[in-house]
Amino acid sequence: MTTPVTTRIDPLRTTRVAGVPRRRKTPFVAGAGRRTTLAAYLFILPGFVIYAVIMLYPTIQTVLLSLRDWQIAPGADSPWVGLDNYIRAFQDPVFLNSLVNAAVYTAVTVPLQIIIGLFLAVLLNSKLPGRVAFRVLFYIPVVTSWVVVSLLFRYIFASDGGVANWFGVDVLHVFSGNISWFQGRWTALFAICALGIWKGVGWSMLIFLAALTGVPQELNEAAAMDGAGAFRRFWYISLPTIRASMAVVVILLVIGGFNVFISVLLMSGGGPGDQTQVPLTYMYNQAFKYLDFGYGAAISFALTAIVLVISVLQYWWTRRQLREDS
Amino acid sequence: MVDSRRGLIVSYIVRYALLGIAAVILVFPFVYMLSTSFKARSYVLDIPPTLIPKDPTTANYAQALGTADFARYFLNSAGVAVVSTFLIVLLSSMMAYAFSRFRFPGRRLIMGTIIIGLTIPTMMLIIPQFLLARDLHLLNSLPGLVPFYVGTALAFNTFLLSGFFETIPRELDEAMLIDGAGPWRRYWNLTLPLSKPALATCAIFAFLGSWDEFAWALTVLNDTDSRTLPIAIALFQGQHSTSWGLVFAASILAIAPVMILYIVFQRYFVSGITTGALKS
Repeated sequence: MTTPVTTRIDPLRTTRVAGVPRRRKTPFVAGAGRRTTLAAYLFILPGFVIYAVIMLYPTIQTVLLSLRDWQIAPGADSPWVGLDNYIRAFQDPVFLNSLVNAAVYTAVTVPLQIIIGLFLAVLLNSKLPGRVAFRVLFYIPVVTSWVVVSLLFRYIFASDGGVANWFGVDVLHVFSGNISWFQGRWTALFAICALGIWKGVGWSMLIFLAALTGVPQELNEAAAMDGAGAFRRFWYISLPTIRASMAVVVILLVIGGFNVFISVLLMSGGGPGDQTQVPLTYMYNQAFKYLDFGYGAAISFALTAIVLVISVLQYWWTRRQLREDS
Repeated sequence: MVDSRRGLIVSYIVRYALLGIAAVILVFPFVYMLSTSFKARSYVLDIPPTLIPKDPTTANYAQALGTADFARYFLNSAGVAVVSTFLIVLLSSMMAYAFSRFRFPGRRLIMGTIIIGLTIPTMMLIIPQFLLARDLHLLNSLPGLVPFYVGTALAFNTFLLSGFFETIPRELDEAMLIDGAGPWRRYWNLTLPLSKPALATCAIFAFLGSWDEFAWALTVLNDTDSRTLPIAIALFQGQHSTSWGLVFAASILAIAPVMILYIVFQRYFVSGITTGALKS
């Protein structure tokens, strides 16, 4: 189990060598037909029932709710309103602003998580004594709960007595006075992005570290003999090898970026005055503060659809790129 | 020879320096949090900040476990997380076993349905799930969290385990079949014992997921007594915005079990994350 899996499984199926058939799957375990079928259903049933009730049914319900003006009182009539909730959303400046905030958060945190994570992975991808200890340390923020680290960063970015202000004013002398981080849109987003990057770099580092073990060592050594420096070796040998993993990391981080929720809710609460709302905090407010379930469901579904389209585009694009190269 | 050795030493120093800077940035906030949890209230926002607390005190911990009731919230979280973890591992390993060992009508359809579950963000479902919980009378109930934690975790763990079960040679199943063992015995006595590392990975992630879950618990739990740790900490901070020492004492209690799991089962984390990345 210690061997990393990403190096061997190629998620975009680009490295299949022509002429080599895929490994044929061993046949299923034999058994009498009808009894085997019954056994299989019995194994699946308990889990599938819970899955269907908790996941599948609400998925359909999200779409249905979003088409109604939902009345929260049980038994009350909730009229169908067609696409009204969606039209409202795309004319709602707060929702549009929340999309911009999520896009900014994604555009800032994703590249930085990838660059820093990759940099750390390259540093650790050698026989450096103590590398395991560093890897363990770097991953600690990833396993810590979002609630705890969000509060921790609120404390660090406190306007009076916060470490961030002390560092900026008294140590680096870059701010003239204490900044009230959560009183302005961009300063609040800065703190939220800082948390996102800090919490995420360990994750991308780990994926890249696994991918880098797939870089052929002979190739690296041969290139070094020919006088290629460390940077050139990284650019021409390591980077092409890990491109499939890179694509997966980008797609997953973009999905995560648009779905940012707990850190915004606990750090800025969407404030001041809705300026730092992201789609999920705004949806949560609409649903559980104003009890506008239909509108909340429309926001949820619109966000999911937007993210899905972005992911599919990314997937197509990287697949084409990888094909062209090979 | 001398040159290359010197080059090696320099490269080591540079690398350790860079790694050291990264380690400080990534770990410092935790050290600072730990330090603050031992500070009296009047010192928590001191400038310049102190890493070694002046007059360190354990009062925050005593208060957190005593009057602030965090011992109860700890047990609430532990109960929900343990029960959810057990059910997630059991039910997803049963489904994974059926997918990897039997051919039956509807197999591809059911597997496809499970794969869809991997792509649905849980937050999208929070509104209809809330209505569902209301209709099933599971609002404001601690045991009521369990089916939701189990349901949202099943797809991923089933996927993770089927991948592992595929690597177990089917000849072993067939040998047991010849000895007359039924499907349940083959699952329980053969597949599960051979899959301990994969089951451990599942269990760890299932436990973490339930232990740290915030949005759902915040939405459905109203009673002060039935709170889980994450919402108790967040709501406490909301009400006592400057009691940072107490907030972080409670936070340390919340992350201690996670850190212990993480340090002890480090290698399972690595395998789980790298497999998890293939989820897409």
